[in-house]
Amino acid sequence: MTVRHLLSAADLSRDEATAILDDADRFRSALLGRDVKKLPTLRGRTIITMFYENSTRTRVSFEVAGKWMSADVINVSASGSSAAKGESLRDTALTLRAAGADALIIRHPASGAAQQLAEWTLEEDGSGPSVINAGDGTHEHPTQALLDALTIRQRLGEVAGRRVVIVGDILHSRVARSNVALLHTLGAEVVLVAPPTLLPVGVRQWAGVTVSHDLDAELPVADAVLMLRVQAERMNGGFFPSVREYSALYGLSERRQEMLGEHAVVLHPGPMLRGMEIAFSVADSPQSAVLQQVSNGVHVRIAVLFHLLVGTDEVVSV
Amino acid sequence: MGTADRELMSASDVGRTISRIAHQIIEKTAVDGADAPRVVLLGIPTRGVTLADRLAEKIREFSGVAVARGGLDITLYRDDLDSKPPRALEETSIPVGGIDGALVILVDDVLYTGRSVRSALDALRDIGRPTSVQLAVLVDRGHRELPLRADYVGKNVPTSRNENVKVRLVEDDDVDGIWIAPDGGPKR
Repeated sequence: MTVRHLLSAADLSRDEATAILDDADRFRSALLGRDVKKLPTLRGRTIITMFYENSTRTRVSFEVAGKWMSADVINVSASGSSAAKGESLRDTALTLRAAGADALIIRHPASGAAQQLAEWTLEEDGSGPSVINAGDGTHEHPTQALLDALTIRQRLGEVAGRRVVIVGDILHSRVARSNVALLHTLGAEVVLVAPPTLLPVGVRQWAGVTVSHDLDAELPVADAVLMLRVQAERMNGGFFPSVREYSALYGLSERRQEMLGEHAVVLHPGPMLRGMEIAFSVADSPQSAVLQQVSNGVHVRIAVLFHLLVGTDEVVSV
Repeated sequence: MGTADRELMSASDVGRTISRIAHQIIEKTAVDGADAPRVVLLGIPTRGVTLADRLAEKIREFSGVAVARGGLDITLYRDDLDSKPPRALEETSIPVGGIDGALVILVDDVLYTGRSVRSALDALRDIGRPTSVQLAVLVDRGHRELPLRADYVGKNVPTSRNENVKVRLVEDDDVDGIWIAPDGGPKR
């Protein structure tokens, strides 16, 4: 059988993405109110997370997802592993494959790292661990897009036809890239709002998006607003004059929240810089789905592990 | 249905059989008695859930007691997950009050190898601790691979392993009835 990976949200067809979202909802209801949050489905499988960048939500939710499915989850972080001694990503990956990993979940500062890992760890006979991209540089973060789509679907009933405004540091954001791809696949309208310096080259040619610099004009017609974190760690040089100016032009303040429709939902992938891209009171308001996103993150990742690691492509006759 | 399919039960047979099982459940569990147990009907998706709904309706009609009912998806507990293509999950709905201390009756359309029932028993164990568990099926077609039996059986049908028993219910398939398809039909 062929190894199944999740490297990019753009690889998912509408049917595949919908199947993952449906299953995430099913897992949620299957685990709801249970004392024993444990399903036997991935018993005996080994999942290794490789985090070369800091993470709270993504790493924890992958670990929780694996453990609730009874898999053995092992965490490798760059600072605590041989990577700190100078071992290359390829050698680390081959070591982990040799140690028996069924799935490798990777976050890495280099765009394309997950793709590279999938190629390196493929055995000659076509077997090898499933690779899940948990964020590669400024490229993609597919499970984040899935959990955002799930949250939008739960709050608004449907993704297709909804208008989703993504605000902030689009240039450095893998969350934005994955969301644009997946939301487009699922039939939503996407509007990107950012200062010109924080928009990638060629953004106007992206499929299914419109670009704006005026947040106030977009808010009244938005069904969902996805605020992005300003990624200071990826910025060398001045992308905007001051934090205060950025916040005044592109921050979701209380004043701006009032411009939103009552049904509209506010999302943030976290970690939030309160007071910069989002006001304290907005982040904690009922309109904000930030914590719902986190619990959806667990269920979406359970569904992704289920889709990648369970079942065979071939139909075996009984 | 395919042309080679043989009818096993007509729509009216199915209705009669469900009524009979409902009567048997009332009799055996004494659900309308003085110290009646709390009975919970749990259907195994898809058609087991439909059957559980119909049984609950009949039990209410015959005894006046409204028994709790729900659905129990067993996909995640199956032992053949690695040898089959991925399958979609179904809804699990446990009635309010849970299953602790209840008499749970698992409901399925066809009893065959017994592996679905084993999976359902495993799933129950993670959800709670019923006082006892019983099994109701519309058709028992034999060929058990595990030491299990049903407490309530609509019809015992000797079959060959190559045949395929198709249960169709109005809610899911727009028609009531049970057919046997010869070898080669799509496996359910």
